[in-house]
Amino acid sequence: MNLDTDLVSNIRINLSAIERRTSTLTKRRSVKKEYQAAWLLKAISLIDLTTLSGDDTAGKVERLCEKAKRPISHDLLDRLGLNQGEIQVGAVCVYHHLIKEAKKNLPKNIPIAAVSTGFPAGLSSFKTRKLEITESIKNGADEIDIVINRGFVLQNNWKKLYEEVADFKKAAKNKHIKAILGVGDLETLRNVAKASMVCMMAGADFIKTSTGKETINANLNNSLVMLRMIREFYQMTGKKIGFKPAGGISTAKTVIEFLILVMEELGNDWINPKYLRIGASSLLIDIERQLYHFALGRYANKEKLAIG
Amino acid sequence: MSKIIKNFKNISYGPAPEDSKDVMSWINSLNNPNFLFINGKWLKSKSSKKIKVINPATNKKLTTLAVSNKSDVNQAVSAAKKAFASWSKTSSDSRAKYLYALARLIQKHSRFLSVLETIDNGKPIRETRDIDIPLVARHFYYHAGWAKKIDTYKQKPIGVIGQIIPWNFPLLMLAWKIAPAIAAGNTVVLKPAEFTSLTALYFAELCQKARIPKGVINIITGDGSTGELITSHVDTKKIAFTGSTDVGKKIIQSTATQEKKLTMELGGKSPFIVFEDADLDSAVEGVVDAIWFNQGQVCCAGSRLLVQESVEKLFIKKLKSRMEKLRVGNPLDKSIDIGAIVAPVQLKKIQSIVKKGEREGSKLWQPSWACPTDGLFYPPSIFTNVSPSSFIAQVEIFGPVLSILSFRTPSEAVSIANNTPYGLAASIWSENINLALDIAPKIKAGVIWINSTNLFDAACGFGGYKESGFGREGGSEGIRAYHDKTLPESPKSSIKINQNKVALPSIDTTPKLYVGGKQKRPDSGYSFNQMSAQKEFICDIARANRKDVRDAVEAASKSKIGTLNNFNRSQILFYLAENLSQRKETFVNLLMSIAGVNKIDALKEFEQSCQRIFYYASMADKFEGNIHNPPIRGLTLAVKEPIGIIASLMCEYKPLLSLTTTISSLFANGNASLIVPSENASLIATSLYQVFETSDIPAGSINILTTKNNELNTILAQHENIDGIWSFSNNSNIRSDIIKDTVFNLKRYWCPKNNRIDWSNESEDFLNEFLNESSQVKNIWIPYGE
Repeated sequence: MNLDTDLVSNIRINLSAIERRTSTLTKRRSVKKEYQAAWLLKAISLIDLTTLSGDDTAGKVERLCEKAKRPISHDLLDRLGLNQGEIQVGAVCVYHHLIKEAKKNLPKNIPIAAVSTGFPAGLSSFKTRKLEITESIKNGADEIDIVINRGFVLQNNWKKLYEEVADFKKAAKNKHIKAILGVGDLETLRNVAKASMVCMMAGADFIKTSTGKETINANLNNSLVMLRMIREFYQMTGKKIGFKPAGGISTAKTVIEFLILVMEELGNDWINPKYLRIGASSLLIDIERQLYHFALGRYANKEKLAIG
Repeated sequence: MSKIIKNFKNISYGPAPEDSKDVMSWINSLNNPNFLFINGKWLKSKSSKKIKVINPATNKKLTTLAVSNKSDVNQAVSAAKKAFASWSKTSSDSRAKYLYALARLIQKHSRFLSVLETIDNGKPIRETRDIDIPLVARHFYYHAGWAKKIDTYKQKPIGVIGQIIPWNFPLLMLAWKIAPAIAAGNTVVLKPAEFTSLTALYFAELCQKARIPKGVINIITGDGSTGELITSHVDTKKIAFTGSTDVGKKIIQSTATQEKKLTMELGGKSPFIVFEDADLDSAVEGVVDAIWFNQGQVCCAGSRLLVQESVEKLFIKKLKSRMEKLRVGNPLDKSIDIGAIVAPVQLKKIQSIVKKGEREGSKLWQPSWACPTDGLFYPPSIFTNVSPSSFIAQVEIFGPVLSILSFRTPSEAVSIANNTPYGLAASIWSENINLALDIAPKIKAGVIWINSTNLFDAACGFGGYKESGFGREGGSEGIRAYHDKTLPESPKSSIKINQNKVALPSIDTTPKLYVGGKQKRPDSGYSFNQMSAQKEFICDIARANRKDVRDAVEAASKSKIGTLNNFNRSQILFYLAENLSQRKETFVNLLMSIAGVNKIDALKEFEQSCQRIFYYASMADKFEGNIHNPPIRGLTLAVKEPIGIIASLMCEYKPLLSLTTTISSLFANGNASLIVPSENASLIATSLYQVFETSDIPAGSINILTTKNNELNTILAQHENIDGIWSFSNNSNIRSDIIKDTVFNLKRYWCPKNNRIDWSNESEDFLNEFLNESSQVKNIWIPYGE
């Protein structure tokens, strides 16, 4: 879709009303018992299991891939009445230089997402960032998480933002790109909404809250705003854009709140790995702990849950 | 293993019921019918009349309620009366501790109360748990603070307060009533609604735990007949009522003879205004909170959606898709948005109004899903093809039914919003602060929410304009209503008629009526005699009739006083005082001949009159509103606004001082007035219009209608375009007749019960009472943040 700056500048977001919606929404819906277990299993299938640390090594990625393939223990699976292989995470998300390592360790049906384009600041030269996308794909990445230039947003330079994202999309060819907004740097929800809209216009397949490196990452408020923009875009174009909250979602309770938010604002159609991913590293352990409690009626010793 | 888990790829909401075991066993342990909480004890009702109590979610019987009879009411009131003697003298510190204890107890039993309220009323547990019960606790905390603070104000309590509350927020309304009443040192007899009395009974148990002194809080169950017994009881000095406008009007009429103090929190048909520059998605959520909160059974429900034409279609589309996601059902389920309608009779009422709306040609739309059928459920509904003249745009439905109207311009939004007899609340949605804050004062309603809706807090006043009632609950304005505001009485010894002969004013005077800034001959063509104190004829006075009232009201409504700012009004009053002071001789002579006072007293009254105008001139820009600080990021402006057009029926005593006090206080607050002087003081009033004419008083803002005593009372009290009426008559029959006649448009009335008001009193309490009575408080909620 072409850039429509009128539409972008007419976007209006009321913070107090957004907060009221999110603070009441999570109390308007509750999932209990086997429903909760089902929602948590679903959440696992949406996780972009992530390691994005400066000290990542091949060994770390290998462990991560093992966990991605078997997100919960055999024993627990049995107790839940599920078969091996019936559940796996949405994707594995790594830095560019570890794509090959991940590829080696993962079956075909678990996609590899790479954070390219000079993650997390996204401020290296445009040429290198574009090149990084091409290289990542060459190395086997199935999805590219790109970082947008937050400066363009703060300057309301929608044209430049649009062109850059569109160029990245072109570079990624037929692969999905997820545009990382860096919500913490954008400060206002109005900026978050406008940036979301411009990225979608420019061809982003997903919009993602943050790198996980900012002080403010995914929360219900910025997520609500992004989801509403996705809905707006869908109503305009008929095209479903995916959503990826990332950073700070580390408990089963929180992830269910996010799922409720998506369920209420966009509906069940969006709750599958094609349109919803959750960027997380420690979430899986907490989900497993909750499932353990559900299946056995008591809380697990943490050493019984395998780390990734 | 579970199919739900097996099918985890396709998730859905399952049942999430709140446990109700403890509450059900408490209900089953109640006496059948219940006992009454009187004088700190549980007493069996003397009446044999009973009412069945149901759980609206299942339509099954829970228990039976006793309908208290006369003997029960007498017992409760006499317990309260006895308790008042000591409670009113209990130290404010000690009263504060009792209120604090209640607040604590409510928090300790919050979940129990939430579940009980949900079972009894049918509203979702989400609301009782997150809204009703926390607000109840907040109310007791806030007023514990007031109890402590009041001492420094040296205010007197009133006595026994009869309180009658509705079924839509049973425990919350109890808190709104009881907390301020007992904080101020009053004692209460409260009757919960017959559909929903259970939380009140549990609250009585908490009162016992808190060791509230016996008789301070009495709770008796019953129906309308019990309510009538409470309102008519000679020892209930004030009635605080929340309920329908119809019942409110009946209470005003039935208590008029006893001249009880009243606060009335009545119905509404509140507008929810969406401008094109609003955050539309958030405004849609606002609509959900406005009309589908508590099944729409909310007096301040935003039941008329006014949406700007340019975004109307889009907004309705968004709203419909939002409605598809609402969940109606078992209110104890934690994933339910809309619970059950309180009683079969209410459900039938909603159904019949909706049918009538459809028959009238308005278009009904309901979501595609079906409601459960095992309880009293009604789906969220919207009506389009609605115009201001449609039945469903006018009538208070008290159900989950929204009427949608459109507007083109801000001024059209205002006129549609105000096109209703009600004036309780309004929501304004726009991201343009200039627009939102411009509209807020133009809407005639007691509560305005900007980019928000249905926000409540103990620190903010709540209450209506027009036929939505009078009096405020919450905030400093709410506590005021529980204090004795009797005006000072003039000492008897000060009244003596001067026997000295005084020169009468010249016979050549032709006093006329003063209407719309012009001297006007009376429509009737009749006159009456102005006599002196010594019963000598002075001159003929124009005798106003119904048509002169009509013209005066017309002139008052066209007056420019509403466009003057407070500085303008202040300047005009200063100027008026200056011009009056130059006519000392005229008025001193008039006072001596007409009121029969000696020269010293006449001079004194004249000087005081000039000072009085000066006082209100200075208060015109100093009688200001407040900023309340509810616990939100934002603030609430408690703005003081004029009542509108006020008719004042004056007394004979201190004719010049009473006139100047009344006229200048009304003017200071921006009201237009119709002044009806006492028959015997007519010439003094008409002599004032020459002063008005030289003082830049805008035409129509002060009108003088002379007539024979009490001849215009009924016409004025019944006139539906007059917003308020004051009577300073010392005859209680005359006052109560006026009060009875106010119900046609629920005018504000102020008829002090004095035999002879001490007009020369200069205490701030006395003088500011005129300012309080000539203004009303509007609370404008302004949440902010970017």
